[in-house]
Amino acid sequence: MAKKIDVPFNGTKEQEEKLREELAQLKKRGDNGLMIAALQKAQDIYGYLPEAVQQIIADELGVSLAEVYGVATFYAQFSLYPKGQYKIGVCLGTACYVKGSGDVYKKICDTLKIEGGQCTDDLKFSLDATRCIGCCGLAPVMTINDDVYGKVSVEEVEGILAKYN
Amino acid sequence: MFRSHILVCGGTGCTSGNSMKIYDALVERIRKEGLENEVHVTKTGCFGLCAYGPIMIVYPEGAFYSQVKVEDVDEIINEHIIKGRIVTRLLYQETVGEDGSIKALNDTNFYKKQHRVALRNCGVINPEKIEEYIAYDGYEALGKVLTEMTPQDVIDVIMQSGLRGRGGAGFPTGRKWQFAKNSVGDKKYVCCNADEGDPGAFMDRSILEGDPHAVIEAMAIAAYAIGSDQGYIYVRAEYPIAVQRLTIAINQAREYGLLGKNIFGTNFNFDLDIRLGAGAFVCGEETALMTSIEGHRGEPRPRPPFPAVKGLFGKPTILNNVETYANVPQIILKGADWFASMGTEKSRGTKVFALGGKIHNTGLVEIPMGTTMREIIYDIGGGCPNGKKFKAAQTGGPSGGCIPAHLIDTPIDYDNLIAIGSMMGSGGLIVMDEDNCMVDIAKFFLEFTVDESCGKCTACRIGTKRLYEMLCKVTDGTATMEDLDKMEELCYYIKENSLCGLGQTAPNPVLSTLHYFRDEYEAHVKEKRCPAGVCKKLLRYQIVADKCKGCTLCARNCPVGAISGTVKEPHVIDPNKCIKCGVCMEKCRFGAIIKA
Repeated sequence: MAKKIDVPFNGTKEQEEKLREELAQLKKRGDNGLMIAALQKAQDIYGYLPEAVQQIIADELGVSLAEVYGVATFYAQFSLYPKGQYKIGVCLGTACYVKGSGDVYKKICDTLKIEGGQCTDDLKFSLDATRCIGCCGLAPVMTINDDVYGKVSVEEVEGILAKYN
Repeated sequence: MFRSHILVCGGTGCTSGNSMKIYDALVERIRKEGLENEVHVTKTGCFGLCAYGPIMIVYPEGAFYSQVKVEDVDEIINEHIIKGRIVTRLLYQETVGEDGSIKALNDTNFYKKQHRVALRNCGVINPEKIEEYIAYDGYEALGKVLTEMTPQDVIDVIMQSGLRGRGGAGFPTGRKWQFAKNSVGDKKYVCCNADEGDPGAFMDRSILEGDPHAVIEAMAIAAYAIGSDQGYIYVRAEYPIAVQRLTIAINQAREYGLLGKNIFGTNFNFDLDIRLGAGAFVCGEETALMTSIEGHRGEPRPRPPFPAVKGLFGKPTILNNVETYANVPQIILKGADWFASMGTEKSRGTKVFALGGKIHNTGLVEIPMGTTMREIIYDIGGGCPNGKKFKAAQTGGPSGGCIPAHLIDTPIDYDNLIAIGSMMGSGGLIVMDEDNCMVDIAKFFLEFTVDESCGKCTACRIGTKRLYEMLCKVTDGTATMEDLDKMEELCYYIKENSLCGLGQTAPNPVLSTLHYFRDEYEAHVKEKRCPAGVCKKLLRYQIVADKCKGCTLCARNCPVGAISGTVKEPHVIDPNKCIKCGVCMEKCRFGAIIKA
């Protein structure tokens, strides 16, 4: 579970308009099963899925808030809390794990003093264990936003994080 | 006509190593030199040899450059492209003969024993150009099916070929299609499972990235066979490149009239949609996947009714895995006998494996069924690096098991793997050496299933959690021999009482390690010792007095003051104070600190 940080919801009018527009687009497809796509769009716009946003989706799709919440909490991709400015992912897939990514993960926890799924108090870094990202030749792998770091050793962790400070 | 073709790998592995910047730099330099009409640069799918990425290959010479950097681009252009001199230092060593001549890629150890069917176009064509796929016989199978064959003919060919599902369970594909064809329904669906959740497996992703049209074509063929007009590809959102190339491919196929209405001038209609998975391992299970496409929590439901009768949106549905589909067009073109001539009696054809872990040649390999583990690990994979001893190979991911060194000569097929307590799975093959603790590996997989259990049935939700806790006791050194027996009992209970494949197979990693590596479990329990030196709670750091120079660096860095000693004299660690953080070992410049 992510660390609950009391960030008041401060979605803008533009964001809301964009979301409603995207939802209208989706509904036009007249298809069943739009919920996951709707949540993905919403998370793209807001970065996470606070209650207010889930409510908009529930209203637009004509389902209960509980149903939206149920889907949002089922899938690992969705977050109910904001993520850091720099999202760190450490691959804990098998290939990375047998090559020591568990130690890299722990080193990041210790360095940033957060657990997986949490965000630092200054909202700078958040950390997640990811499943295989598919570049097993580079194991162990960590990612920070779109940057990929391969063959990472425990000793390199602090240096890599320092680049983003 | 171009005098030279440069193929740059655009798979995820090489892209993570910056291959797209190399591509951009190549295009830029070639434009500057005014060679755009002579030299053609293309992005391709995965070559398979991910360990040596980023990879590029220059034709007509067939020079296979490995571990290329952006800085190397100028040298490649100046020397190879302009002056015609191959840059030997960048060549993949295996392709250089003793006399300095270049060997064909297919003669290298990595490629020699491979036989590429599902991967045939990966690393060969530009996946973003439908024309290149068509030039390699693409969509010819669909044309043949629509104009020369009845739906039943198609199913008969697939049935005779012996093709079995490549997603894990190995169900005969033709039979699945026959069931769906026989079901009556006003609407039927064809689905593709591209939710590759097995950690350490990436063959489906590589096919989607390297040859997306093969999957689209096969789905259209399947749709014709069962009488469907709508398909869905359920793909992981974590695979952005695959999603992008698939989207491009679908749009191109629509433009060419290969998807849509009246395909090939017949009255056959078929269209495809992509649905993005949102990260749930259980969605690889067929009923859960369909529930997820419907937009709900991806929980499985009991079978029967099977999806062939009542699947997506309550309609007859077939679901096949990416690799299964990738075989279909070629079976149609080359015939069932051709396909059945490869592999073993009950497992025909080839299988793609993602080789990973403690192995030299990490990457993607496709081998005929029946190849032995030894051939894959030593001949193709090059063995374990750093002279370490091979200990076990894990197949089948969290549903599979560990194959110990003494069974390395087992020919790989569906039935043999099940007989030795593992399973084919989607094709992840993770190699472990003497430094990996088998209890820790079992714990790793259980942690994964605990996390990914959807929670619907008790046996899986609570059973895997309790099993995980028991494994933690073993790695903490607090378990008793009785616990090992209880663990085994619980494993069988979970297998027998879980609703879906996730729970039914979740205990496999524990059962197989308990079976083949019981001595390691017992060492943890009886001697409070981890033979591989992995389990932290059982570790003891020691200073080798002969090697210690008394530099005091370790004592100064120890966060809990557990190290004492006088300057220039050997130091000692107080095991009662030591928290096993390993800082001392990291800092020691003389290799004087060891894990005992």
